Amino acid sequence: MSYQADFKVWRGDTDGGDLADYTVEVNEGEVLLDVIHRLQATQAPDLAVRWNCKAGKCGSCSAEVNGKPSLLCMTRMNTFVPEETVTVTPLRTFPVVRDLVTDVSFNYKKALQIPAFAPPKDLAPGEYRMAQVDVERSQEFRKCIECFLCQTVCHVVRDHDDNKTAFAGPRFLIRAAELDMHPLDARTDRAEFARDEQGIGMCNITKCCTEVCPEHIKITDNAIIPMKERVVDRKYDPLVWLGSKIGLRKS
Amino acid sequence: MSSLEKHSYDVIVIGAGGAGLRAAIEAREQGLRVAILCKSLFGKAHTVMAEGGIAASMGNVNSKDSWQVHFCDSLRGGKFLNNPRMVELHAKEAPDRVWELETYGALFDRTKDGKISQRNFGGHEYPRLAHVGDRTGLELIRTFQQKIVSLQQDDLAEYGDAEARLKVFAELTVTELVKDGDVIAGAFGYYRETGAFVLFEAPAVILATGGIGKSFKVTSNSWEYTGDGHALALRAGANLINMEFVQFHPTGMVWPPSVKGILVTESVRGDGGILTNSEGKRFMFDYVPDVFVDQYAKTEAEGDRWYEDQENNKRPPELLPRDEVARAINSEVKAGRGSPHGGVFLDVSSRLSPEVIRKKLPAMYHQFKELADVDITATHFEVGPTCHYVMGGVEVDADTEGTAVPGLFACGEVSGGMHGANRLGGNSLSDLLVFGRRAGTGAAEYVAGLGDKRPSASEADLEAAGKAALEPFHADAQTRPAGSATPENPYTVHTELQQVMSDLVGIIRREGEISEALEKLKGLRVRAENAAVEGHRQFNPGWHLALDLRSMLDVSECIAKAALERQESRGGHTREDFPIMDPNWRSVNLICSLTPGTNDMVLTRKPVPTIPVELLSLFKRSELEKYLTPAELTVLDGPNSSSTVAGEQA
Ligand SMILES: Cc1cc2nc3c(=O)[nH]c(=O)nc-3n(C[C@H](O)[C@H](O)[C@H](O)COP(=O)(O)OP(=O)(O)OC[C@H]3O[C@@H](n4cnc5c(N)ncnc54)[C@H](O)[C@@H]3O)c2cc1C
Ligand code: SF4
Ligand code: SF4
Ligand code: FES
Repeated sequence: MSYQADFKVWRGDTDGGDLADYTVEVNEGEVLLDVIHRLQATQAPDLAVRWNCKAGKCGSCSAEVNGKPSLLCMTRMNTFVPEETVTVTPLRTFPVVRDLVTDVSFNYKKALQIPAFAPPKDLAPGEYRMAQVDVERSQEFRKCIECFLCQTVCHVVRDHDDNKTAFAGPRFLIRAAELDMHPLDARTDRAEFARDEQGIGMCNITKCCTEVCPEHIKITDNAIIPMKERVVDRKYDPLVWLGSKIGLRKS
Repeated sequence: MSSLEKHSYDVIVIGAGGAGLRAAIEAREQGLRVAILCKSLFGKAHTVMAEGGIAASMGNVNSKDSWQVHFCDSLRGGKFLNNPRMVELHAKEAPDRVWELETYGALFDRTKDGKISQRNFGGHEYPRLAHVGDRTGLELIRTFQQKIVSLQQDDLAEYGDAEARLKVFAELTVTELVKDGDVIAGAFGYYRETGAFVLFEAPAVILATGGIGKSFKVTSNSWEYTGDGHALALRAGANLINMEFVQFHPTGMVWPPSVKGILVTESVRGDGGILTNSEGKRFMFDYVPDVFVDQYAKTEAEGDRWYEDQENNKRPPELLPRDEVARAINSEVKAGRGSPHGGVFLDVSSRLSPEVIRKKLPAMYHQFKELADVDITATHFEVGPTCHYVMGGVEVDADTEGTAVPGLFACGEVSGGMHGANRLGGNSLSDLLVFGRRAGTGAAEYVAGLGDKRPSASEADLEAAGKAALEPFHADAQTRPAGSATPENPYTVHTELQQVMSDLVGIIRREGEISEALEKLKGLRVRAENAAVEGHRQFNPGWHLALDLRSMLDVSECIAKAALERQESRGGHTREDFPIMDPNWRSVNLICSLTPGTNDMVLTRKPVPTIPVELLSLFKRSELEKYLTPAELTVLDGPNSSSTVAGEQA
């Protein structure tokens, strides 16, 4: 079953732009990215959009669909009624490059600031032993496909460019949590780093990030909240925490 | 081109997938200044899509595994056409390369005793694939990305500049390699964002550009897979080998149409999934070829027991190498026993509990639920072959990954030889690690050997490269090739190219059809030269595609030419008119190259490197007789052969 659907797609560049109207064919089983591709092939060959895998695995095709940060390749057309006009705009939190493509370099800068995994000094490659239950907590965060939807939705930076210096954003708070919960990471100051350098205190747990995450990572409950608590706890009882970390390593 | 942006490095790595990143890390750790160039954002390369795992004989799940067994499995899988030295290095070094990833921070799934867990896969005798659920490629890319960040942090501390010795130039497409006489001098390309040209001067260039799937209609590959590296190498004077061998993965999604081709990981079968036809029959038992009868179960009961007890049972034929399974599915569909949308059924729901499926195959569960509205824990689903991987690629030296062009190296999917006629699942990710690292070393040694000599690009070559890249903007009447009246839409030419390759040089091939494809490719080439684009140079996908089309056409021509020449069926090359695997063809590599100074593609033959007798002796003679000619087997009768050597190696 095919039908003609109406779209508004933001076209423009660093000098500004506007929503452009298009009517495009939609077929059964298609996702929004298919429609954008048809638009490119038939009406707007120079429409700029990022994508790679078309399977929700690479996190390239992020945009805002009717105002909601989404992956274009995982937005099925049957979630709209045929009469509905679908509006597609670039991620709001990052500067536009062209059309649906934004400059996401902010995220790469934040990634560069987090101290890397510190390998345990006493273990040679091949000697690492970790229990499945212990790696699972960090594995949840390593599912992140870096679509940056959480980064764009978070109100701390969404309309507040000036907060971008102090706040790393949810994606990089889960990276800190991931390293903190890694059974063999040799550093012990991940939570303090999140507080002092990543601005975890600016997060007021609205959970908007968790809601948009296409990987269903429980960003707030499993990473941010435990990290916030960890910072508080450790001030009082660092030994308890250290002991638990060493315990994990032996298991 | 006086205003051209120029950078100078010791090594340029083209490609930020697993192979490119491993190569870059190695070259940087050996003290060189390295730039990584890639078409997508950093961290998005095709490798992120890999699902099942990395093959390495660590023996964590079955301690009988060893490099020798991995060697034999890979050679069998490749139908003995592989470069044996590459297979040997790969099997020996893969475990170290996987363990190394843990020191960079990778978190693999674990066994009960806390080691890296390993899963079964087609063609692998023992559970061998290190994995993270079904998102292993993502783990690999993220691990390397984070390792690179850590090297950059070291440089920030030492030099005050994070990018002093290792810099990533993302969203940058290389359109030409530049040379100084016979040797490599660098790479020329454009920034996708601005369309501006840029030159990277370097005495060593490592190609790690991945594959070619976008020349086919149904594929598991992303837009990046236009065969750029293959075409760049060819134009620079390197050779491509084995291009007729294209892997069609047996299980891609077939419904709905918009997701057709998206991969369904082999782990579904490795973890117990079965294939059935419209009559509900497990048809794979009817398709075990002669060469494999001794290694696969004859009854469903035995195949099922194997999952629990691998010592006393043989594996089910669903786990045959991919070429066999893809052909079987093709035959079932042709015989009218297919599923409603032209595939067959794959089922895990009757084999594993919903909880176990969601735990072991979370990405597959997610993918079917969100894209096809199918719950794989509750019902079977349709699958069919999809173009997945190219075994063929740039001919390299096994130890250094150097090509015929001094200074040019290649690793990962863009290189050829390692996988012979067919790649085993999991052997690509390990290939990236082993040969990525070796390419980094190879390039470092080459650069050290040059001393102070630095090649440089000629002004004329740069002018020509720039002009060629801008042609799609000037496809006006004067420059249009004779016979083509109107400018072409690159999207249309691309769609037609995919149709030609899928219909005429696809999974089952015939002489007449391949010849027809070659004719059609000629026509498409004229039309591609005439592809016109609208708009300007900033992030213009129409322009990008017009340029990528040239690579796709070069690669498609190589595939078709080699497919026409090879008159036998082997691995990823099936000729309906020559259905037999012919031992006389086993030792023949087909080489594609350009006649110097022209655009004429020529095909030549070269012997496959001989398998040293001590490695041959790892196999039973009865098995070798199925692949090798009697004359080739006589080495086993020599004085210092078979039993003694086999004894030492076992
Ligand atoms: C869906 C899927 C699942 C898979 N699962 C597995 C698995 O479980 N196990 C396994 O072993 N293998 C698997 N494979 C195969 C494996 O993933 C690939 O063969 C492998 O990742 C290729 O890696 P690479 O480093 O060679 O190239 P890629 O990761 O593809 O990287 C290529 C890089 O080159 C860049 N590039 C290309 N052209 C240019 C140019 N002109 N200029 C600049 N840069 C350029 C690209 O931007 C990209 O960064 C799978 C493949 C697919 C498609
Ligand atoms: S929970 Fe915190 S990080 Fe997430 S969106 Fe809200 S404020 Fe931002
Ligand atoms: S945490 Fe989720 S939403 Fe945020 S970048 Fe990762 S995958 Fe995207
Ligand atoms: S294209 Fe990869 S997530 Fe959408």
